[in-house]
Amino acid sequence: MEKANLDIFSATLQTLAETDRNLLVVTSDSRGSGKLVPFGQRFPKQIVEIGIAEQNLVGVAAGLASAGKNVFAVSPACFLTARSFEQIKTDVCYSNNPVRLVGISAGVSYGALGSTHHSLHDLAALRAVHNLTIVAPADNFETEQAVRLAAQMNTPVYLRFGKKTMPLLSETNREFAFGKGRVVREGEDLTLIATGETVYPALQAARRLETEQGIRARVVSMHTIKPLDYDLLAMVAADGCPIVTVEEHSVYGGLGEGCASFLLQNGFRNRFRIMGIPDEYTVTGSQLEIFAHYGLSETGIERVALELLDRG
Amino acid sequence: MLTVSELAQKSTQYRRNILQYIYGAGAGHTGGSLSCIDILNVLYNTVLNVGPDTFTSPDRDRYIQSKGHTVEALYVVLADLGFFPETDLQTLCRYNSHYIGHPTRKVYGVEQNTGSLGHWLSLSVGTALAAKLDDRAYRVFTLMGDGELPEGSNWEAALLASHYKLDNLCAIVDKNTLQITGPTADVCSTDPLDQKFEAFGWAVRHVDGHDFTALQEAFDALPFATGKPSLVIAHTVKGKGVSFMENQLKWHHGVPSYDQYQQALEELGERAKE
Ligand SMILES: [Mg+2]
Repeated sequence: MEKANLDIFSATLQTLAETDRNLLVVTSDSRGSGKLVPFGQRFPKQIVEIGIAEQNLVGVAAGLASAGKNVFAVSPACFLTARSFEQIKTDVCYSNNPVRLVGISAGVSYGALGSTHHSLHDLAALRAVHNLTIVAPADNFETEQAVRLAAQMNTPVYLRFGKKTMPLLSETNREFAFGKGRVVREGEDLTLIATGETVYPALQAARRLETEQGIRARVVSMHTIKPLDYDLLAMVAADGCPIVTVEEHSVYGGLGEGCASFLLQNGFRNRFRIMGIPDEYTVTGSQLEIFAHYGLSETGIERVALELLDRG
Repeated sequence: MLTVSELAQKSTQYRRNILQYIYGAGAGHTGGSLSCIDILNVLYNTVLNVGPDTFTSPDRDRYIQSKGHTVEALYVVLADLGFFPETDLQTLCRYNSHYIGHPTRKVYGVEQNTGSLGHWLSLSVGTALAAKLDDRAYRVFTLMGDGELPEGSNWEAALLASHYKLDNLCAIVDKNTLQITGPTADVCSTDPLDQKFEAFGWAVRHVDGHDFTALQEAFDALPFATGKPSLVIAHTVKGKGVSFMENQLKWHHGVPSYDQYQQALEELGERAKE
């Protein structure tokens, strides 16, 4: 049964907490939106409420982690990564207090609530912070794996979750490690590299390209934005086929520019396109309406793929 | 336990060392290091259960210097306690040195990479809360400057500290009444500071931050109230111990010339003989 990644996040935390009394969830009045109410009921001594004070949330989480607690600090991605940016940079990353920062309802998950609640900056901002692993799981499988791995890290990690129900990407590829992108569909004509909740529309586009056009697109879930999987990038670029990146983030500074930087500096000259949210405050709508508006959809991605193959 | 006169001798030596390394580096936060050094002296030599052998123990007391810019005071005390050879400080702020101009965990004995103001009361709250959750007896001491108090996250942290009844947390304000632009009261007054913290649920004491006995008595009385975090408002003099630096704004991060350095040493040397 497919669920929202956040539900899997919460369920996995509960499983971990059964054997890890040191695991601690820290929230800023966000246990409801973080799907953490059941966790709080089962483990009332392992959840700490901070109140609506995100800077304090991150600072306190860093202090708890410095004293050896296994801390998941959970707050809407928009606030966690903007208001507390300096606490992330300094208290968590520079001081190396291994907090597991969890940005919930990321990207445009909050839809029509508007730009205050969107986080289209977080990947760009956090990529420039040293000593931080950045992961945007795409489906329930990746989510469970990412939460389990994050709980083992001795350096800081940022997990980025939306809140939509996410179908499983692959029945066969069951490998997951931070820094290793997952090829969830094989193809030879072009490569779609996506992250988080945009991997699924990329996969839908790939299916459609095959059934309607006979074009076989490889699809990569690049769940780890930092460190980027340069080996996989070099591999998919080696055949010279076009590459399209897709992300629920500004076109500036995220997955796409990370890939472009690597490719250009390493001699690859594949046709290349970054799909994301343009540099503007988004149109009003649900997450999927916003996706459709900016082409981050099955048909929108297909259209760009065909353009790059000169079949548009 | 060190006597008051032994503490006084240590402080004089610490002041000489602070000036020596700032003079050598050609950089440093002179005035604030001299205002807080007596507090660090009393803490490290008579209060904290931490030293080079216990620094990795989960039960050690934590000293977190929120006013990280006065790192020279911290470095000379840590060197004196044997965390590292004092000669290391000759590399202060030099190319590729571990001895950065703000506290860094690259230096053994330093708890956190502080320096960005207004962050560390939050981190201290987390560290103190961990002790409560894990039923550990350690305490957390956080030294703050009076100039950094307008940072809003301090007040978020102050609220939460009393919400969770963290009586294992002691914040100390080095109230030297100056900051880089001018008198703190003119820049953005935080007075009456005691009433503000009391309203946030803290127990507060005033102390002369250069009076060893008064400092010791205050720390001996911790927690000031069961179930409340404690605040020590330490009234200090910026540049304390060197006549021409005392209460002078330019010594916030002023570096002495050779003549000024010699004069300062002379004053401190004469005081040591008293
Ligand atoms: Mg001051």
